Formats: sequence, structure tokens, C-alpha cells
Amino acid sequence: MEKPLTKNFLPNGAFPDLAAYELAGGYQALRQALTRMTPAEVTQAVTDSNLRGRGGAGFPTGRKWSSMPIGAGAPRPRYLVANADEMEPGTFKDRLLIEGDPHQLIEGMIVSAYAVQADVAYIFLRAEYTRAAQCLRQAIAEAYGAGYLGGNILHSGYGLELYLHISAGRYMCGESSALMNALEGRRATPRDKVLRSTDSGLWGKPTVVNNVETFCNVPHIVTHGAAWYKALSRSADGGTKIYGASGKIKRPGAWELPMGTTIRELLEEHAGGMMDGFALRALLPGGASTEFVLDEHLDVAMDFDSVQKVGSRMGTGTLVVLDDRTCPVGMLRNLEHFFAQESCGWCTPCREGLPWIEHVLAAIEEGRGEAGDLDMLARQAKFLGPGYTFCALAPGAMEPLTSGLKYFREDFERHIGERRCPWRG
Amino acid sequence: MLSPAEKQAIEEEMRHYANRPSCGLEALKIVQKHRGWVSDEGLADIAEFLRVAPAELESVATFYNLIFRRPVGRHVILACDSVSCWIMGHDRLMQRLTAELGIRPGETTPDGRFTLLPIPCLGACHRAPALMVDDDLHEAVDPEKVGEVLGKYA
Ligand SMILES: Cc1cc2nc3c(=O)[nH]c(=O)nc-3n(C[C@H](O)[C@H](O)[C@H](O)COP(=O)(O)O)c2cc1C
Ligand code: SF4
Repeated sequence: MEKPLTKNFLPNGAFPDLAAYELAGGYQALRQALTRMTPAEVTQAVTDSNLRGRGGAGFPTGRKWSSMPIGAGAPRPRYLVANADEMEPGTFKDRLLIEGDPHQLIEGMIVSAYAVQADVAYIFLRAEYTRAAQCLRQAIAEAYGAGYLGGNILHSGYGLELYLHISAGRYMCGESSALMNALEGRRATPRDKVLRSTDSGLWGKPTVVNNVETFCNVPHIVTHGAAWYKALSRSADGGTKIYGASGKIKRPGAWELPMGTTIRELLEEHAGGMMDGFALRALLPGGASTEFVLDEHLDVAMDFDSVQKVGSRMGTGTLVVLDDRTCPVGMLRNLEHFFAQESCGWCTPCREGLPWIEHVLAAIEEGRGEAGDLDMLARQAKFLGPGYTFCALAPGAMEPLTSGLKYFREDFERHIGERRCPWRG
Repeated sequence: MLSPAEKQAIEEEMRHYANRPSCGLEALKIVQKHRGWVSDEGLADIAEFLRVAPAELESVATFYNLIFRRPVGRHVILACDSVSCWIMGHDRLMQRLTAELGIRPGETTPDGRFTLLPIPCLGACHRAPALMVDDDLHEAVDPEKVGEVLGKYA
């Protein structure tokens, strides 16, 4: 089984430096793209590969790039941003990719920037990823030193500056339009989606934002071609995926596997099943803002379309496992506390609604719940759902809540009826 | 007054951004790095240097979790309180931390050694519970041995 994204990972926590990366075939895709392909050909290869964005929404990458205006009269400078904000609870794949092979991300970004003819690129990294920042600083300096960045890369006439931007902590920075505000030194509130960022993004210029894992795939697509890339996958979406799992399981971790690997395989083979003495209750397939799925859904393939068929989303592809000895109401309270705290406050339903939801969940968990609370939560969940708020944070926050109210109804009722948390005794 | 070193660092960062005001967050981080936190005075100085309204910069400073508008201890502990760490024992870890330090989350020890803050998901979900002290990530922390971790920071 081929594992292009993690093949250079070293066992001891070190990462391949420039020489080691080049020895493993690194920067060959860049050479090939810049010397033998037009930008449109690179975009076409990515379109043909069925690469879908790994930031959670699964938007087709080639299609996003195709809307970038790159003709002679198109506005400049143009920007490209790697979204390395990774604050979705339960998600740790981008950190592992950066720390494991930083040059892969950088090469992926340069090739992608060439495809969309960007002049300046940023890596938007969350502040807490200090080790990743170290790796990137070294790798960026090495790439400049070797002439892979800067003006006239490999004498192709194409030039790119790459900067590392370290954030100061806020989940909303990961939302791509809020990320651009953050990069401009503003509060990370989202922008109106009427304008596409490829028309008016950073400082009003055409901008492409993609996830770290998305960019990491690009060199391999250029080197081996779209057909090879599609064949790595077990589903319609191309490539491999970095899956992960956390919770009371035997071997929590992350694994590069064919796109479309089933949840059961992840949980039972790779994660080694539940810890002794614990049984599976439910799980979030792809981070905090996805719906719970149950035992009966384990045979679903983890790809963007299949997980939707069982009422959830693949999201970031990192499972958060709920066991039978952890209180589901407590877990929802923890999740909604996160969302309430991280709401950017721009629109009223989310700013006011999320703290209210957290408050009610806390009351229920602490044995102070009232009979009408569950209907109230269900009503709130509807008003914070798609179409009522300015960005996807609040609807994302409602995904675990709505599914939790459905699947854990009895647990909620017990808390309210017994006026205590049965798990706390 | 911004020090010459602070000004120089801000000007260096400025070259990476399209205009002066965009450097606001960078400037806040630079001043915080030099002084440990951002005082009202520091904020006003940055605003003047970047030619932005102080209120605007204040709205940025207070938006981000890791810009400190109050003094913090010599070492800042960030304890992950998100879902995987919660499942794996964050509450117990926090109990041990608060007992060991004699402070509540959000507070600084009287000797100025530690500030304790909860933080969203540190991306160490497979090695939970996790916390950071300054720039160091500590994974799979045994709550009963949290004193050993703290002992490394004078
Ligand atoms: C509240 C919120 C937080 C997000 N956080 C991230 C993040 O940390 N990293 C990321 O890549 N995408 C994040 N996204 C998705 C981005 O908005 C965007 O879709 C993604 O970066 C596009 O990249 P892709 O097409 O390569 O997936 C977030 C979205 C929302 C609504
Ligand atoms: S939904 Fe929440 S996070 Fe999104 S714009 Fe509204 S207040 Fe901000």
C-alpha cells in the first residue's frame, strides 16, 4: 500500500532536511511543473485527480483554482495561503504532516502557487504549534537557499515569496474568509460570501486558501499523474487520507490509508479497538463539528459522500470516540463550551445562542435540568443551523448537538428525571 | 515608548504584509514577547507607531486568546480542555494543577512563577491529556505526576 504523504516520516520525531528530502525525490515535482508544464496543465492534473479539499468541506481543489484570474490583465499581487490553523477539537493531522515532512508542504505550496500564478504565499499557523513553527522556519530558509523560493525559481521566470504567519489563537481564524481578516491584522470575523476570494481576497486581491493536507498531495499528483492518484483511493475521491482516532481506544493515533477506508477498519484494525473494559457508544467521524454516528454505521467508507449518507460528514477524518463510561451529556457540554467560547460574536444567533445552549447543558449535567429543556435545545439547534448565521461555525456546532439529542435522548431524560449525572454517581 | 529593538522587529515583520496597519497583530506579539504582556501604554504606543486607532487595535488585542492584556507569570501553562483531553482525564489534571499551584484557572501564583489557562484543542488528541508550558508540549500527562512537569520550570 502506497503512502505518499508519510513516506518520508522519520521514527524519532526528527524530520527530513532539504538534502534528505531531495534524496527521496523531493522538489522533482516542482522542477517538472516549472520547466515542463504550463500553470493550466498543473491545475488540469489536479482537477483530473479528484483531489478534494482536506480542510473539512471537501471542495474540489482543481475547481477552486480554476476560478483564479491569471491572464495578462488580471489583478496582482495574487496570494496563496496554507490553512494550518487546525483548532478543530479532535484533529491533529496537519501538525503531524508539518512536523513529519515540512518540505512536502512547502513544495506543494510552490507548485500550487505556480498553478494559480500567485506572487506571495503565507502559511497561517496556529500559535500553539511551536514545534511545527521551528520545522517550517528551517525548511523555508533551506528552500530559499536552494533557489526554490524567491525571484526566478529554477530560472523559470516564475517567482514566489513565502512567509510564515503565526496566529494568536482563535478557532475562527481557520474559517477561510476570517483567516484573511486575521492576516490583515484584524479580528477574525468572516467576510460576506458574495465575493469569492479568488476574485477579492487578501487586501482585495485574488487569493486561494487551501488546507495543509490538500497542498501536501499536490507534488505527488504532478509527479505520478492523476490516474495513479485516483487509483490510491477506494472511492470516487482521489488519493490517500490521513485518518486519526482518539478517546478510550487501545492505540490512538493517525494513519495514512486509502481514501474510503471504513470506520470499522480505522477503529478495530488501526486503533486496536476499545480499551479493555470500555464499549463503544458513538463517535464523531471528523472532529467536533460533525454528527455522531453509531455502531450500526461503522461499515461506512470514510470519504466525503459516503459519510453524508449516514447523516454525518467526514470532516477532518479524525475520529473522536465516545465510550460507555463517559457521559454523553458531559461530552456535549464540553463541545458546546468550545464553540460558545470561540464564536466570533459577529452575528446574533451564534453569539447569544451558543452560551445559552452551553448554560442549559451545564444545568442538565449538574442535575438542574427542567422538563422543557430538551425541546428548547432542539429549537435552538434549528435556529443556529444552516441559513440562520453568517458562517459555518454555528451550524457546525449544532451537528453534534442535534445528533446527540437524537441518539442520547434517554441519557438526557435520566439526568433531568434523577436530577443528577448518572456517570458521576 | 516602544524600544528600538521592538520597533526594529515590527518593521522587519512589516515587510511581509501589504500595509502598515496589517502588522497590528504581529506588533502586539512582538511587544508581548519583549514585556510578557501588553499594557494599555504598550497598546497605545503600537497604535501610534502603526497609525491605527487605539480602540481598533484594542479590539484586535482582546479578540485573540494568546494576547495577554494583563500581566502573566514567568511561565504560562496552557491546559487543553477540548473533547479528547476531556474524555482522557482533563478534569482530574486540572484538579491536580490547581491543587499543586494553589490557584484557579486564569490566575497567577503569588510568586509570579506560573499562570494557568485553559486552551482549546492542542492537536495532541492521540496523546491526551495534554498541556503546554511556554513553548513545550507535554503529552499523555499523568495527573498524579504533574508536579514533575512543573518542576522543570523555575
Ligand atoms: C469555524 C471554522 C473553522 C475552520 N478551521 C479550519 C482549519 O483550521 N483548517 C482548515 O484547513 N480549514 C478550516 N476550515 C475550513 C476553511 O474555511 C476552508 O474551507 C478550507 O481551509 C479550504 O481548504 P480546502 O479546500 O483545501 O479544504 C474551517 C471552517 C470553519 C467554518
Ligand atoms: S456564526 Fe458565529 S462564528 Fe460565524 S459569524 Fe456568526 S457569530 Fe461569528
